[in-house]
Amino acid sequence: MNVLIDKFDVFAGGFWLTLQICLLAAIGALILGAVVAVLRISPVPPLRAVGTGYVNIFRNLPLTVVMFFAAFGLPALGSNADFLRIPGLDLIFSRLGTDLPYFRFALIALVLYTAAFVCEALRSGVNAVPAGQAEAARSLGLTFGQNLRYVVLPQSWKASVVPLGSVIIAMIKNSALVGFFGVVGDLSQTADQLTSAEGHAFVPVAIGISIGYLIMTVPLGALLDHIEKRQAVAR
Amino acid sequence: MNQQSSVLYDVPGPRQRRITLISSIAATFVLIAGAYFLVYRPLEEKGQFSMDLWGPLVDPSNEYFSQVWDRIGYGFKNTLIAAALAILSSLVVGTLLAVLRIQLKHLGRRRFTGLAAPMSYLARGLTTVLSAITRICVEVFRGLPVVITIFFVARGFPEFGISFETLWYLVIGLTIYNSVVIAEILRSGMEGLPNGQAEAAAAIGLSPLQTTRLILLPQAFRIMLPALISQLVVVLKDTSLGFIISYEETLNIGKQIIGVLDNPIQVYIVIGLMFILVNYSLSKLAQYVQHRLSRGRKTAGTPAQNPPPATLTAQAEGTGGI
Repeated sequence: MNVLIDKFDVFAGGFWLTLQICLLAAIGALILGAVVAVLRISPVPPLRAVGTGYVNIFRNLPLTVVMFFAAFGLPALGSNADFLRIPGLDLIFSRLGTDLPYFRFALIALVLYTAAFVCEALRSGVNAVPAGQAEAARSLGLTFGQNLRYVVLPQSWKASVVPLGSVIIAMIKNSALVGFFGVVGDLSQTADQLTSAEGHAFVPVAIGISIGYLIMTVPLGALLDHIEKRQAVAR
Repeated sequence: MNQQSSVLYDVPGPRQRRITLISSIAATFVLIAGAYFLVYRPLEEKGQFSMDLWGPLVDPSNEYFSQVWDRIGYGFKNTLIAAALAILSSLVVGTLLAVLRIQLKHLGRRRFTGLAAPMSYLARGLTTVLSAITRICVEVFRGLPVVITIFFVARGFPEFGISFETLWYLVIGLTIYNSVVIAEILRSGMEGLPNGQAEAAAAIGLSPLQTTRLILLPQAFRIMLPALISQLVVVLKDTSLGFIISYEETLNIGKQIIGVLDNPIQVYIVIGLMFILVNYSLSKLAQYVQHRLSRGRKTAGTPAQNPPPATLTAQAEGTGGI
């Protein structure tokens, strides 16, 4: 069990790096997912087709394939994903600015993949609003913007917050994959490093790594359960 | 889509239709221009459309063509084998786990009055401990990433002197995660059933186990069938994680091909298309089954069952795993 105490800083560092990538990917995926959702419900058919195509492609690809694309396809195109070296942001998330591009590649893959699920969660929320609500708003004379802002979105938000939460939980779990795509020092790569290269006992390392992930996923899941129960009562 | 637009927009009039048409044309133009400059041009500049790179994959007269597709076929077969084994074993284990948890819940309510006092306390304590253990197992394995579970299985089993082929590590890892998810899907399906079902079963003298087996489980399977099929998609996608323990599935084969031919983009496009094709048909099947089920329920005139909680269905819709 000594490795847990001796190497505490390694575990903590891994946790922090995983948390960083999760935060950035969650922000990115929420933004991109919202854009795709807008495309999918827009009145213009070609834009709708693009949204639908995006969702169908990324929902049916394994994340592994997306990661491979990002980690091997982008370099083949000569890209280092340098546009992600956002000044200011890379002070907090130091990995964004490093010369090794794997953190950025992993981030791109995670965002692209998760955005498809975010889009579906948002769209299912809008679909859950009874058609009569928007119709009533229109017959009251509300404009499209007012309709969205005062009638549709507040209700759809309620219906999509739980699915969105489970998408984010799934994304945290998916982020474990980045350690196998060249990102050094996150929780999963730490597990590999400590057990194989440094030859520490397996069980304590496994416990440490598991705790790292469970800290992030279990409370979030409990919170979602709570919200869901409250909503069920309110309805 | 029609239903979608009817929620947010009025039926368009002539002016609105004209605006839509004009903006459609503009959007198409912008999209084609964007695709040309952002996708086609960079690919062309890097020579990614050359037959040297695509030939082995699409040109039957290429010297590598048959070899490459033999390998891909072999990898795809391995993927399907792993997925089939994983889904079967997770269904079996998941069902058992769901039944076990429901049974423990029933036992927890019993007072064991027929037994002597110490024995009854022992029985009650045992039930509580067992249900706590299953609960913790479910929470832990649902919260751990599948990658990590597979990795732990592959690293941990040899540590304790148990070693198999890599296929079995992958299957065990996938089973641990997916059986827990399936157990939760089934359990919530059983708990969502109207109380009258279990009460009626008790009234005609079925034991709790019989109630679960004969009354609750079949109905839960039926309600949860779409969610279960979606879980199939998740498993199929997750088998691609086999590459981290060097199981020879499709992606691993793809990596080997790239090692020889050095055409990553082309190989991943082909493999990606294969995955999309299979998974898309599976999702469509799930949708069709759901449609059939909801129609069947309406015509039978039975009361609508409680819908499964959104957390679980969302998880089962392919976000649960990778």
